[in-house]
Amino acid sequence: MASVQIDGIRKNYGPTAVLRGVSLSIADGEFLTLLGPSGCGKSTLLRILAGLDVQDAGSISISERAVDGLRPKLRDVAMVFQSYALYPHMTVASNMALPLRMRRLSAMQRLPVLGRLMPGGARISAEIDAEVTRTAGLLGIGHLLERKPGQLSGGQRQRVAVGRAMVRHPAVFLMDEPLSNLDAKLRVQMRAGIKELHQRIGATFVYVTHDQAEAMTLSDRVAVMLDGELLQVAPPQDIYADPDDRRVAEFIGSPRINILDGVVRERGLIDVAGSTLGIEADALSGVPLTLGVRPEAFQLAEHRGPDTLTGSVRLIEHMGSDLFVHLDLPGIDHPLIARLLAERAPRIAPGQTLHLGVRADRVLLFTRDGRRLRREAGQGPGSVAPFREIA
Amino acid sequence: MGKAVALSGAADGACPAGGEPTSSLAARRRAVAEVLAGWTLVGPAAFLLIILFFLPATGVFVIALTDWQFGARSLSFVGLTNFREVFADAGFRTSLLNTVFYVLMVVPGTVVLGLLVALLVESGRSCRSFYRAVHFLPFMATITATAIAWDALLHPAIGLVNQILAALGLPVANWLRDENTALTVLAVIGVWQNLGYAMVLFLAGLKSIPQDLYDAADIDGADRALDRLRTVTLPMLGPVSMFVVIVVALRAFETFDTVKVLTQGGPGHASEVLLYTLYRESFEYLHTGYGAAVAVVFLAIVVTLTLVQARAMDRTVHYQ
Repeated sequence: MASVQIDGIRKNYGPTAVLRGVSLSIADGEFLTLLGPSGCGKSTLLRILAGLDVQDAGSISISERAVDGLRPKLRDVAMVFQSYALYPHMTVASNMALPLRMRRLSAMQRLPVLGRLMPGGARISAEIDAEVTRTAGLLGIGHLLERKPGQLSGGQRQRVAVGRAMVRHPAVFLMDEPLSNLDAKLRVQMRAGIKELHQRIGATFVYVTHDQAEAMTLSDRVAVMLDGELLQVAPPQDIYADPDDRRVAEFIGSPRINILDGVVRERGLIDVAGSTLGIEADALSGVPLTLGVRPEAFQLAEHRGPDTLTGSVRLIEHMGSDLFVHLDLPGIDHPLIARLLAERAPRIAPGQTLHLGVRADRVLLFTRDGRRLRREAGQGPGSVAPFREIA
Repeated sequence: MGKAVALSGAADGACPAGGEPTSSLAARRRAVAEVLAGWTLVGPAAFLLIILFFLPATGVFVIALTDWQFGARSLSFVGLTNFREVFADAGFRTSLLNTVFYVLMVVPGTVVLGLLVALLVESGRSCRSFYRAVHFLPFMATITATAIAWDALLHPAIGLVNQILAALGLPVANWLRDENTALTVLAVIGVWQNLGYAMVLFLAGLKSIPQDLYDAADIDGADRALDRLRTVTLPMLGPVSMFVVIVVALRAFETFDTVKVLTQGGPGHASEVLLYTLYRESFEYLHTGYGAAVAVVFLAIVVTLTLVQARAMDRTVHYQ
């Protein structure tokens, strides 16, 4: 069991700054996901954590012990790689046994045949074999121990890679996009497997992914990274509903959050896309703002009202229980996407003019440079102008 | 919808009337066209293979069954006499043994040193291309020319090798005229010459090892040079090593130039190798029939060796 403390980590590759002072503390037994698009520095941070790369500045502690300058072997971490990095010439059993053999057996005891004749060699080897068998049993790969990685399916290889990491009970599990080489169905299945594994062994997990679904479903907390910086570290529901930064809001959620430019008309009113919405903003009249509205924050309205947006339907995507309706709004160059319940919106056709009520309490306000504007305390959802919901 | 039904109905109606014979004729025509296309594509390569390889090889087989002498206007078939002579000849046996010893020195020497140089070149950052070029140069150079340079270096009185040894107080030798050293010295030159080739192949092999495997080895605790070598590098170089061993073994079996230029198989028969025997019998003594029999034996050995090596190593070095 271990906590992880990351302090002001910087890393440059030549003139390119990959990490610009990342600080993060991970609690003992926590499942933390580093989420960000490719190239944001999340894998580099993980490699620095593992000791495979060296930071230019900053420090890392695991279990309150500084590990900077320690070799990966001495950090008590295990890693699952995107490619699984199984040794192709070894059987599954040898792959899983290697971390134990390298730690418990001396160089002489590791010799192919002679090793077992060395004092203690046979006994320790037997213990290792037993532990490998037990771990393989837990992961349901006991019947594959004598196969080589080339004879396994993607999902089986992934489990072997997890087994190799698990077998020596490390304090911290590092996982670098371990599911991204699997097909969609298997990915969902293995995702549940990883969650279960974390709950069972209770070790600290640091998980790197660019897939928001993995981040949201697996994590205790998600750290959103962009351009070498941490934008927000929070539980999944907060990352989604209460983002600190416009870039976080845009990265999380599918379909993407609708971003609309607006201007404060007077206290409690914002002009946006030809309509005026009753939203309390901590800004003076005439100040330009950016509104972020999740697709599900819209409701169908019967006619144009004070808290509605009006546009013409460009296209409709049927998703079963929901519809994604793409609307063209006056003065907005990209379509707005609303997620409506299919049963409440039975007869929408392209070209039709549609009025959408906006739930003011679910509108996120950002300054034009992307910072979040939060409502002052006391001005909760109840205090803003309600909109009329029409079923 | 109605249109589609009508169309398919028309098609159905047409089929039973004359569909089957027409389609089988078309199928046959397609098959013939395919065969013709196949032969057209294979033709040029097959033609060259027959002209340049199969016909000469058959010619050698035929000559091996005759008593033909190079330049003679007549010949007569003598059956397997040449082969019986070859196997009874002590000179041939010496030549065969010398070749085997030569191969057994050159192959391990080239493979081990080539790998070592490749690892050293790959481990450092500076002057990589310089080291690569320097080690590859002997392979590019004309062997005859470099053999002459070696002759000068190994000259018993004024050669650089003996002068250095003498300056260091070490014993000197007449390297190429001493029957105890001649073959070994030729093998050293063979290693020197093939080293760069093995190195380039190993470098390519090293580059194709995924970094992830080294990272995994680091995390698993196999992070010392020897452990990394044993856990990742050597096993992953398996396929390349197989190729290097086969190619270098074949090149060593075929060695001729250095022997011809430096020792002419001497002193005595101490450095006589198969190809040199073949050359001498065929073109110096003009025993062309006998030489052809040596060539046939040589071909048989090389083909057998290649097949055995490929089979044996294939089983242990391919993982997928």
